[in-house]
Amino acid sequence: MRDTFIRTLTELADKNPNIEVVSGDLGFGVLKPFWESHPNQFVNAGIAEQNLTSVAAGMALEGKTVFTYSIGNFPTLRCLEQIRNDCAYHDANVKVICVGGGFVYGSLGMSHHATEDIAIMRSLPNVTIFCPGDLVEAEAVTRAIADYPGTCYVRLGRGGEKQIHSSLPDFEIGKAIPVSKGEKIAIFSTGAIFEEIEEAKDILRKSGINPTVYTFPTVKPIDTKVIKEIASTHDIIVTCEEHNLPGGFGSAVAEVLAEVPNHARLVRIGMNDQYCTLVGDQKYLRHQYGMSGKKIAERIIFEVK
Amino acid sequence: MTSEQLAWKIRRHGVEMTHLSGGSHIGAVMSVADVIAVLYAEILNFDIENPKSENRDRFILSKGHAGAAIYAALAESGFFETEELKTHYQNGSRLSGHVSHHVPGVDFSTGSLGHGLSAAAGMALAAKQDGKSHKNYVILGDGECNEGSVWEAALFAVHFGLDNLICIVDHNKMQSLDFCDNTLSSTPLAGIWQSFGWNVIEIDGNSHDQCRESLKSIQANGKPTVIIANTIKGKGVSYMENDILWHYRFPHDGWEYDMAVSELHKAKPDGVEDPYTPDGIINPAIPPEDADIFKDHTMSATYKPTWFGKEKQL
Repeated sequence: MRDTFIRTLTELADKNPNIEVVSGDLGFGVLKPFWESHPNQFVNAGIAEQNLTSVAAGMALEGKTVFTYSIGNFPTLRCLEQIRNDCAYHDANVKVICVGGGFVYGSLGMSHHATEDIAIMRSLPNVTIFCPGDLVEAEAVTRAIADYPGTCYVRLGRGGEKQIHSSLPDFEIGKAIPVSKGEKIAIFSTGAIFEEIEEAKDILRKSGINPTVYTFPTVKPIDTKVIKEIASTHDIIVTCEEHNLPGGFGSAVAEVLAEVPNHARLVRIGMNDQYCTLVGDQKYLRHQYGMSGKKIAERIIFEVK
Repeated sequence: MTSEQLAWKIRRHGVEMTHLSGGSHIGAVMSVADVIAVLYAEILNFDIENPKSENRDRFILSKGHAGAAIYAALAESGFFETEELKTHYQNGSRLSGHVSHHVPGVDFSTGSLGHGLSAAAGMALAAKQDGKSHKNYVILGDGECNEGSVWEAALFAVHFGLDNLICIVDHNKMQSLDFCDNTLSSTPLAGIWQSFGWNVIEIDGNSHDQCRESLKSIQANGKPTVIIANTIKGKGVSYMENDILWHYRFPHDGWEYDMAVSELHKAKPDGVEDPYTPDGIINPAIPPEDADIFKDHTMSATYKPTWFGKEKQL
């Protein structure tokens, strides 16, 4: 997903000399093609995310479309106030790119797990939030935000994500994407956890459950239309996110549901207000915290009974 | 308007604005008034008809709590009516206590310390990339230099050779609770900036000649420049000078307001009109015997930790 992002951005930067990448001293082996092909559109600001983010705001106010690039919590939590005051409040054209949403850097430990970023960024006015679910969504999001004014946050996987959609010709910011049409149960997912939903779907089908599936590459603004429609036609909505539950994607769905009468029951799958204390890779940690395809399927089967 | 006249106006507006609003930070407004006056009267290139004109010099007041000084300078420069200054802090006003970019002539909102140098560096970098020749000015507080992000930006500006970036530190030696040296000592400030690789000029920041000469002397030599402007917090009103009380307190009705206005009038340059009290104050109130004046309000006057070690006792 990271590579898809860089490849797409490089292509966009060919045509738009105002595109600028500011890295927080990260991107070894990944950003090289970009800085080689676009040396005048790249700055390594060093390990200094607060400065990096305000610099990006300053550049954006001078007319540039600035992508800040770092991993885990560094481009968001470390410089939250710079995003709030300098980027979002000024409607600065800054795109905050996080590589490694959720457990991507699983074995590196808690410091590198981005598991509250959606909640925190979601609470900032003027920030549009994207969590692409596969390589096709990642490319579509990258293209869309390059032309979209204002401050955006993009939460990417690192690598190894699959292409699940064949193509997304109708991608639109703020619109959920229908993946499969089923009945009674609907699964909403955001971000790279999408691949686990595909696994869960196979298990569920063997148990006679045929879920409707949507991905939400845009978390803010959330697609209220799809949520309301599914809430009135299904019994249970299950949200899946590689993220802590309070304030996250499931909470965004809950906020919409809470304001409509007679809606489907909501089941939120994610981190249960906790930090990850285990050591292991992304797949392992997802399983331990109930977010693997198998665990998601088991939870849904339990909820249906 | 000369810079001396503008500085006087900034101080007079500052006293009136904080008096009317009950707003804080008059001490900072008074210390930085001269630097801002020289910038707006003689240095900055701006266009009041087109506040966003591309070739204007950029200016950020990173110590946003001295916002009243900028609002006064902008109004006196013609960006909006001086009458509006009276709305400072008031319900429905554009003039928030800290600097807002929703006011014409303001390039960047501030208020949280440690952001402005970075943003100015970003503007300076963009100007370099695009071959633009305007300058990018930013004023920091010396207390603000406690913020780590200032030093991230200081490294960045040197590394990228931002010689179109000019930083002025309003070195009034005081911050929120005490003198800087009793808070997080960082003297000599000039030496620290020098060691980061900046061109450093140290001046009396309340001297217009020195402000003017230093700002005009800056040559593009591949390095950013910092002017350490040694100033006096509360400059211009005797009882505010070097008293931390006036970081927060506003001139109340009675002797506080009367004495401030009267002292300013004694130093009023020729050709300046006072829009509030044109003839000064007749029979000004004087401080009563028990007035809280010329006293030590610093934290270190009453903070005596025992673990700190005798030789390091504050």
